[in-house]
This record gives sequence, C-alpha cells and structure tokens, in this order.
Amino acid sequence: MLEVEGLGAGYGRIPILNGIDFSIARGEIVGVLGHNGMGKTTLLRTLMGEIRATGGVIRFEDEDITRLAMHRRARLGIGYVPQGRDIYPQLSVMDNLRMGEIVRRGQSAVPELLEYFPVLEALMERPGRALSGGEQQILALARCLAGRPRLLLLDEPTEGIQPSIVDQIQAKLAELTRALDLTVLLVEQNLRFIAALAERVLIMQKGTIVASIAPEQLSDQAIVDEYLGI
Amino acid sequence: MDQVANYLFQIGFSFSIFILISLGLAVIFGMMRVINLAQGEFLMLGAYFCTLCTNAGINLWLSFILSALAVGVFGVIVERLVIQWLYGRIIDTLLATWGLSLLLVGGVTTIFGPQTESVAAPLGNVQVGAFGFPVYGLVMMAIAVALLVAVYAFWRFTRYGLIVRGTMQNPTISAALGVNRSLVYMLTFAFGSALTGLAGAVLAPIVGAYPTLGIVYIAKAFITVITGGHLPLIGTVSASGLFSTIDGIVATVSSSVIGEMTVLFVAIILLRLLPLGITGRMTRGV
Ligand SMILES: Nc1ncnc2c1ncn2[C@@H]1O[C@H](COP(=O)(O)OP(=O)(O)OP(=O)(O)O)[C@@H](O)[C@H]1O
Ligand SMILES: [Mg+2]
Repeated sequence: MLEVEGLGAGYGRIPILNGIDFSIARGEIVGVLGHNGMGKTTLLRTLMGEIRATGGVIRFEDEDITRLAMHRRARLGIGYVPQGRDIYPQLSVMDNLRMGEIVRRGQSAVPELLEYFPVLEALMERPGRALSGGEQQILALARCLAGRPRLLLLDEPTEGIQPSIVDQIQAKLAELTRALDLTVLLVEQNLRFIAALAERVLIMQKGTIVASIAPEQLSDQAIVDEYLGI
Repeated sequence: MDQVANYLFQIGFSFSIFILISLGLAVIFGMMRVINLAQGEFLMLGAYFCTLCTNAGINLWLSFILSALAVGVFGVIVERLVIQWLYGRIIDTLLATWGLSLLLVGGVTTIFGPQTESVAAPLGNVQVGAFGFPVYGLVMMAIAVALLVAVYAFWRFTRYGLIVRGTMQNPTISAALGVNRSLVYMLTFAFGSALTGLAGAVLAPIVGAYPTLGIVYIAKAFITVITGGHLPLIGTVSASGLFSTIDGIVATVSSSVIGEMTVLFVAIILLRLLPLGITGRMTRGV
C-alpha cells in the first residue's frame, strides 16, 4: 500500500531524514518508535507532503506521489492526524467534522462517526478551542476519518492524555481499523499502546530506520534498552 | 420630523459608504491578513471601469456588475503574480503592494489624465418636508445592506464559506484534509477585490473617478476594519455603524471635515480602550 525508498528530507538546508526504507501492506498497523527529535514527525510530514522530499521515492498504491501536493495526497486517500491535533479553534466541532469531509463527494460521514465517538455528540456546537486535549484528539481522529482515508498517519495520539482516555483511544483504533479497513502508520512513545496495536514496530534513530521488531519484543527490557535506552 | 429624516439619511448614507469601502478590505485584510496597500486603487479602478462602461452606453446597474467582475479578475492576476509569493511576509507585501499602488495611480493618470471622469447620478430626489434626498443615496444604502447580508450568509452558511474560514485559520491542516489552499487563497483575494471594485463603481456616480480616489478612502477603510477587531464582518459592521452615526450627526450640525475628524478621534480613543477592537472579546461569528 505504501512503499518508501531512500527517502530524505529536512528543514531548509538541514537534513533530518536520510535513506528511509520501509513498506506497509494493506490492512497492516505499523508502529514507529524513537526518541524526541529523531525525525518521526518529519517523516509523517514528508509522507503527507507538508515537507518536500529531497531524495527517494514515496509510492502509494503503486502511484509515485513523491512530488504530489498535500491536498492531492489527501484526496488519494491518505489521512493525517498531526502531533498538535490542529483543531480549528474558531470552528465548532460540527464544522471541524465538516471540514474533514469537505472535498469528498457523497453522503456525510458525520452520523456514522458520532456512533463511533459518542462523546462528540454533546460537544457539537462548542468551538474547537474550548475542548480538552483528549476531546481534541478524538475530534482530530474523527475529522480525519470523515474524509474516509485508506491510509492513516497518526502522530503521537496519546501525547498528554490521561491513561483512561488512552485506553479508550486504543480500543477505538483497534475497532475502527478493522471496521473501516484502514492501514495505519502509528508514531508513538507509549510502549504499551504501540505494543497493543501494532503488528510491527520500526525503530527510528537520527533520521533513519535502524530496526524493525515485533511488538512482543517491546516487553523485552534488553531490546528496549538497546534501541530506546538513553 | 423632516429633521429626523435628515439625520437618518445622513447616517444611513455615511454607513453605506463605510460598508462599501471596507467590505473588500475586511475580506483581504481582516480574513486573509494580507495588508494590500493597493486596495484603494482597486476602488479607483472600479470607479474608472464604471465610467468606461457607462460612456460606452452600458446601463449603470450592469456596469456595476461588470466593474466588480473586472476588478475581481484583476485581483486574480495580482494574486498570482505578486501576493501568492508573499503570504506571511508582511514587509515584502507592504513594499510590493505600495509599488503596485503607485504604478496604478501613475498608469491611470497617464491614460486618462488627472481630471475627474463623471457618471451621471441617476434617479433624482425625493422630497421630505424641507429636505430633498437623492434617491441614489437610498439605493446605495440598499446595496450596502444587501452586500452585507449576502457576504455574511455566504461566509456563514455555504460550503465554500466554511472552506475559506477553515483555510484562513489553518492552511496546512486544511491541505491535509484535501483543500487546495492556493486556489482558496486566490479566489478569496479575487472575491475581496471584486467587492472593492463594486464599491468603486457604486461610488462613481457621487464622486466620479480620478486617479487619487483610492487615497481618500483607504485610510478610512483600514481604520474601520482595524477598529472592528478580529471578526472581520461583525467588526466591520459595528465599526461602520458607530462611525457613521457620529459622522452623520456631526457632519450635519457642522461640516463634513469636522465629521471625519471626530470619527478619527473616536477611533483612536476606542483603540486605546479596546486594543483588540470592538470584537476583541467575542469568540463566535465571522
Ligand atoms: N520547523 C522546523 N525547522 C527546523 N528544524 C526542525 C523543525 N521541526 C523540527 N525540526 C528539527 O528536526 C528534528 C526532528 O524533529 P521531529 O519533530 O521530526 O522529531 P520527533 O521525532 O517527531 O520528536 P518528538 O518525539 O519530540 O515529537 C529535530 O532535531 C528538530 O529540532
Ligand atoms: Mg514528533
């Protein structure tokens, strides 16, 4: 579904990513782990087209999208939930959701999404700015799903969220990926969360992927120390 | 009774001028945060286009629409050639649009000369007691209110309006949701330009068209939008309402120059008291 070969990218002249290779098959949930500042967010931004690739190739469903504009990638079926969630502060929850499906034809996905995320129902008229961090995360996920993506890029969905909500998000993601036939690239620092969801975990260090491990190995302290120890 | 009518007319007339000259700016400066110093010249171009059309024998009302379209197209050209490269770069935008403004004033003076081209003010007067009111003034009020309602409804209730509001708040996430932000910026700039072009055309029958027309109104328009605060439409309407009431009353009892000075004075005081503008503390709306 997604193939990345020799991908490089950076900010201005500073290279951040180099020689990134990996691929994701349809229906897979692949995790990405790495310390702060290793380039995880930069990788997702490059895949989405917010940052221009300086080298390498990105293929989505066998189409070369390396030079494609961001909105075109979105229309091909790539959904992105950024690290800061980027809820529109001055739009209501309803309008945030409508923005998620604004360029898609056909029936509104909002009623269906409210079934998946009933907490949003009571918040529909609130401005996005007036939601808690956890509510914003749920809204960001729902807004992204409103566009009916096939590949989901998630950047640290549990960051700054209390454990009980993390468990809810985890259960929701597990349910939704199956129900909506999603493929997911999940950047996370929360080991338990990533171990529960991912089928494969890529370890990122200094802008490259240094290893691919099975989620069970995350409970092996020796391995965690080797890749993620300080 | 007729004295009351006179005041009401002056206030309404002043209101229509504030709204007309500020609406396009509310879109381009208020919504897009682009400081277009050539905005006044867009107004001037609208006025000239209207005189050209009426001189060519085209009906005045149709000339308004053609002028709006022409300045809208001109806005597309300016956005694609200049503005699109400068989003977020305030100083560069100021310099480029200042240059454009000089170029337009110079160009129009070269082609048409410095004199005022006029358009016959249509429709005559209505008599209320001792006062005769130009019917065209009433038409201007109607046009201003209709434009306001149309722009508000468009912004608030249409799909395209939502796309614009979202994109102006966060262009990057909008692109990630599939919005072609470059196109949205271009069309929004064109929309603001067309509104200003229409305003110039509607003003032409009362002030004519001359190369420095924009300079007369641009400061007023900026003051109105800035005093309005961060909600461009509601802000512009409230600031226009306040200023026109003051202007209408003061200008009637003394002179129009004193009226304008009072408005400026009130605006300065108001911005001292409410640095974020009239809508500074409001959180909902457009
Ligand atoms: N806009 C930017 N301009 C310049 N450098 C940046 C920018 N954003 C990030 N960087 C740098 O790029 C590197 C990778 O950042 P990135 O955000 O991809 O890390 P990350 O792995 O997502 O970290 P975190 O876990 O903290 O989210 C860091 O060294 C960071 O300082
Ligand atoms: Mg990050």
